[in-house]
Amino acid sequence: MSNYNLTHLDELESESIFILREVFAQFENPCILFSGGKDSIVVTHLTKKAFYPAKIPFPLVHIDTGHNFPETMIFRDQIVADLDVRLIVGLVQDSIHSGRSTEERGKNASRNVLQTNTLLDTIDLHQFDACVGGARRDEEKARAKERFFSHRDEFGQWDPKNQRPELWNMFNGKHDHGEHFRVFPLSNWTEMDVWQYILAENIQIPSLYFAHQREVIRRNDTWLPVSEHIHLNETETPIHKKIRFRTLGDITITGGDESDADTLEKIVDEVAAARQTERGNRADDKRSETSMEDRKKQGYF
Amino acid sequence: MNAYLDMELLRFTTAGSVDDGKSTLIGRLLFDTKSIFEDQLDQVKRSSNRQGLAQADLSLLTDGLKAEREQGITIDVAYRYFATPKRKFIIADTPGHIQYTRNMITGASTANCALVLIDARHGVAEQTCRHAIIASLLQIPHLIVCINKMDLIDYQEPVFQKIKKDFESFSSKLDITDIRFIPISALNGDNVVNRSEKMSWYEGSTLLYTLENLHIGSDYNHIDCRFPVQTVIRPKMAPYHDFRGYAGRIAGGVFKPGDEITVLPSGFTSTIKSIETFNGPLSEAFAPMSVVIQLTDDVDVSRGDMLVRSNNQPDLNQDIEIMMCWLDTKAPHPKSKYIIKHTTSEAKAIIKNIRYELDVNTLHRNVENLNIGMNDVARVQLRTTKPLLTDAYRKNRTTGSIILIDESTHETVAAGMII
Ligand SMILES: Nc1nc2c(ncn2[C@@H]2O[C@H](COP(=O)(O)OP(=O)(O)OP(=O)(O)O)[C@@H](O)[C@H]2O)c(=O)[nH]1
Ligand SMILES: [Mg+2]
Repeated sequence: MSNYNLTHLDELESESIFILREVFAQFENPCILFSGGKDSIVVTHLTKKAFYPAKIPFPLVHIDTGHNFPETMIFRDQIVADLDVRLIVGLVQDSIHSGRSTEERGKNASRNVLQTNTLLDTIDLHQFDACVGGARRDEEKARAKERFFSHRDEFGQWDPKNQRPELWNMFNGKHDHGEHFRVFPLSNWTEMDVWQYILAENIQIPSLYFAHQREVIRRNDTWLPVSEHIHLNETETPIHKKIRFRTLGDITITGGDESDADTLEKIVDEVAAARQTERGNRADDKRSETSMEDRKKQGYF
Repeated sequence: MNAYLDMELLRFTTAGSVDDGKSTLIGRLLFDTKSIFEDQLDQVKRSSNRQGLAQADLSLLTDGLKAEREQGITIDVAYRYFATPKRKFIIADTPGHIQYTRNMITGASTANCALVLIDARHGVAEQTCRHAIIASLLQIPHLIVCINKMDLIDYQEPVFQKIKKDFESFSSKLDITDIRFIPISALNGDNVVNRSEKMSWYEGSTLLYTLENLHIGSDYNHIDCRFPVQTVIRPKMAPYHDFRGYAGRIAGGVFKPGDEITVLPSGFTSTIKSIETFNGPLSEAFAPMSVVIQLTDDVDVSRGDMLVRSNNQPDLNQDIEIMMCWLDTKAPHPKSKYIIKHTTSEAKAIIKNIRYELDVNTLHRNVENLNIGMNDVARVQLRTTKPLLTDAYRKNRTTGSIILIDESTHETVAAGMII
């Protein structure tokens, strides 16, 4: 008899596909939270595989701060066209206009925190009862505590001290009207797993992940891209560097690493040798020790 | 390519009483295998300094919630991932506090090895026993008992031997075959990744070596074919107008095109036409693969149904005997109807009979004054509103497990392993 073993990547893929199909079966109105980053791209790819040969049965939801890398937006629109899915955009600018959110001020101002209001309003407007996200437990210490099916109350809040038990592969998506779930099919994937999978499946990702020349400044120990959304002070002079991004968030908060990795193979090697976490260059996580937990409790991704 | 893809995976969980050193041990294991990133370590150091500690408190690597750091205890499971050249590991670091037993069960339910920690000063505690029982009910095949804080008892062998004996006299009544004992100091790292210089009397392996070399059999049953249907895939577009496939994750056995199958509970029979995936059709598929199965006949199949081989069928039963862990603060009510989830199917159930309650210290079966509450373990009989397609848990973890959900709060209130 042959040896019926899956590689651990195949096993992770099978687990994620199972979860995506559970979302379809258990909820009335699910969506995929699509940021244009590698993790949400992998989730979208897995969704395509889960429902093949049918189309992806969920819309993609992008919470758009207006502070995007142009490359991310081009990539997003291409993927939407290729997959023939519906795109729903929630604009942080609209939340600011309506007075719902207030723009931060100061040198390190960003719209990262403002995404939460816009996200919750978008969920409410479209009555989503499940939002599939690409967060992984290995990213950050509060995320290490997440269930696959993570309950959110009517205010969109997460209560990490009182999560539902989640045994085996049995997922309880029951909820009251107005509550919703965040679902994380990549919970058990590591950064390395994601890159190995992108390589193995030859998944298209934005060019920003590959080493490229860019105009940057040095700030908060990282190379921050120069853009119209960033305010330089007198001491900061833009220079050209060959960098790549390990994660993608807003252009105002995502720092790059100096790198020559211009192929997926080289990125895998670089990730294997990394001594800093991938979110180490994200200004949004550095605000305080519990900034991720605090934001997640409010309803952040 | 790629050695990475060939690595075996071991999932393990921590267990044991509060403060026995579970999180510290996981931190130590990650630290000594150089699995911690510099910025994570900096953060832990800063946090430790703020609490007035000279050394980095390695338990902060898993105790990530604000409330956990304030109180110095684990509240909910933290999942951590690391790899050595030999294996990839998924760790569930679980809480020892009795109040959070349900979170321990959450972490343990997918593990194939449990590290049970015991504080060498205090020996076997009630929570040690409760967690060992849970591990045994969950059929975790390997138990590694880590007798911790050896530094606080001068690394004396007799203390280790005494605790080992105590645990063995308890565990001989449990259904666990592979139990090992390692004397460690999670705080100082003795026998975790590196051999202790202070315990030359100990001739066994370090914890890491043991984890790297445990035999991992397959977690999956590859004999009894079980395919619970999750959803039906009907593309309704060219060129797939006539495509009708059943999506699911194989829960047991090996399926091939041409196999005669029976659809349960209807009893219709048909033949597998093809097994489809995005990467192309397969000549065989086995647990735990997620696939789409097409049949040659147009039979009625929907979510909750199960495809099985005609000559090897599960039990079809409305009276279900389980070992139950009660997980809710509200005690079970004999008249209450609960939602029961079993594979992809759902029904209502009442707890018809409580056979006995297990005393977690003595393993005695109480049959009188039954009063089941949160964290109790009992054998019960459920009566369901429709028949379920079950196997014994020891035969198949997927088709042998159920959860109960409270109809009004939607909380998961119980976990059950079918006998
Ligand atoms: N001296 C000594 N202290 C230890 C050792 N291991 C852990 N400790 C201490 O014991 C205390 C509790 O450790 P934790 O790792 O938080 O215990 P835990 O088992 O994770 O506790 P819960 O998760 O809340 O159940 C901390 O103060 C640790 O520093 C050890 O080997 N020696
Ligand atoms: Mg702990």
